[in-house]
Amino acid sequence: MIANSIPYMVLAFNIQNVLIGGAFVGVLGLILGVALGIVGKVFFVKVDEREGQVRECLPGNNCGGCGYAGCDGLAAAIAKGEAPVNGCPVANAEAHAKIGEIMGQAVDAAEKKVAFVKCSGTCDKTERKYNYYGLSDCRKAMSVPGSGDKLCSYGCLGFGSCVDACQFDAIHVVDGVAVVDKEKCVACGKCVSTCPKALIELIPYGAPQAVACSSKDKGKDVRVACKTGCIGCMICTKQCETGAITVTDNLAKIDYEKCNGCGKCAEKCPQKIIIAR
Amino acid sequence: MKELILILIGSALVNNVVLSQFLGLCPFLGVSKKTKTAASMGFAVIFVIMIASAVTYAVHYQILVPLGMEYMQTIVFILVIAALVQMIEMMLKKVSPAIYSALGVYLPLITTNCAVLGVAITNIQDGSTFAESMMNSLGTSTGFLIAIVIMAGIRERLEGNDIPKPFRGMPIVLITAGLMAIAFCGFSGII
Repeated sequence: MIANSIPYMVLAFNIQNVLIGGAFVGVLGLILGVALGIVGKVFFVKVDEREGQVRECLPGNNCGGCGYAGCDGLAAAIAKGEAPVNGCPVANAEAHAKIGEIMGQAVDAAEKKVAFVKCSGTCDKTERKYNYYGLSDCRKAMSVPGSGDKLCSYGCLGFGSCVDACQFDAIHVVDGVAVVDKEKCVACGKCVSTCPKALIELIPYGAPQAVACSSKDKGKDVRVACKTGCIGCMICTKQCETGAITVTDNLAKIDYEKCNGCGKCAEKCPQKIIIAR
Repeated sequence: MKELILILIGSALVNNVVLSQFLGLCPFLGVSKKTKTAASMGFAVIFVIMIASAVTYAVHYQILVPLGMEYMQTIVFILVIAALVQMIEMMLKKVSPAIYSALGVYLPLITTNCAVLGVAITNIQDGSTFAESMMNSLGTSTGFLIAIVIMAGIRERLEGNDIPKPFRGMPIVLITAGLMAIAFCGFSGII
């Protein structure tokens, strides 16, 4: 029975219409293809081939640390000559050298930097002024009077806005304070611009000492707020061989150009706020 | 004139393309992380939908109907819209690099967005005149812009909130979209 009706099943639709439909789409596709080709030629935008080569050498994180819109943006700027050849803070010296070759320029090696959070106010060293029930974001918490709920008004709030900003998983909040993993940090600068208290600074990777405090309060007030904070006693400045460490506004600051890593400042600091790295 | 305004408001709010017709959900959920990018995406969609529906209207009534091939509508529209958006992108890149850098990235995303095809086909199915079709397209794409900007605003606010772990990411966004759709049901009595 079924075998008898097979010829009828095959001719159940008009084969002619199928062919006409197929041909129509085929012709339309051809016309559109040709039109696209013509438009492509007419509206051709010349792209500097060096841009593609430079882009190959860039890491491709699109972190925006260079200040341009992603790696494509930086490649375009380097090719045009608007950005310096070593403009990418994430790329290593080898990549910079390659880019320098492509652009035909000499490259001076930029020193590797890492971020450092200048605060040591962990949960055992300091307290909170009040119970904060709000958004877990440092920038939002700053809008509460007293610049957030840490007892020291300069201190790290520990809500982790910097952690969210970091694309390289290099910064974490440990015990109420943000800490940077210097092996993972590529110094793109996102955390620096995110921190509402400007606690994070880019220091050289090989920096031997760092002052882990940002408090500009007088020594008396610092002691009240935090067990370990820079009191501006200036013992470190007297110890320093090269004059690299200075105290301004009750806060010690190291000039890494002058620091020779002798470590005397860290030894003699009564608050133990200068930490060795 | 009054009918045109009614069409505009109707397609933007009452029959919102994303929240009532559920078309164009992919860019709606994908590009709504920041208000700025969402607004740029909305404007790119307005641009594409206006041009695409004008061209498809012409293609249908000038080419398909005279040849009696209305049944080819779907596939022909898809081909035409895709080619059209590619051409627009190429022209934009050359003619106005400024606009290209602002919304050029989104043009490939909109190429086969079902909202574009949906509007084109709806215009034909409703048997509208050219003016009515254009108003419908403008209203639809403006509705898309409204919906995506509101969604981006809500998502930016959600960033700082404590969302339960199972809901983080897409789940809370989809729930938000559902709530928005319910809210937009409130417009249904206007026209």
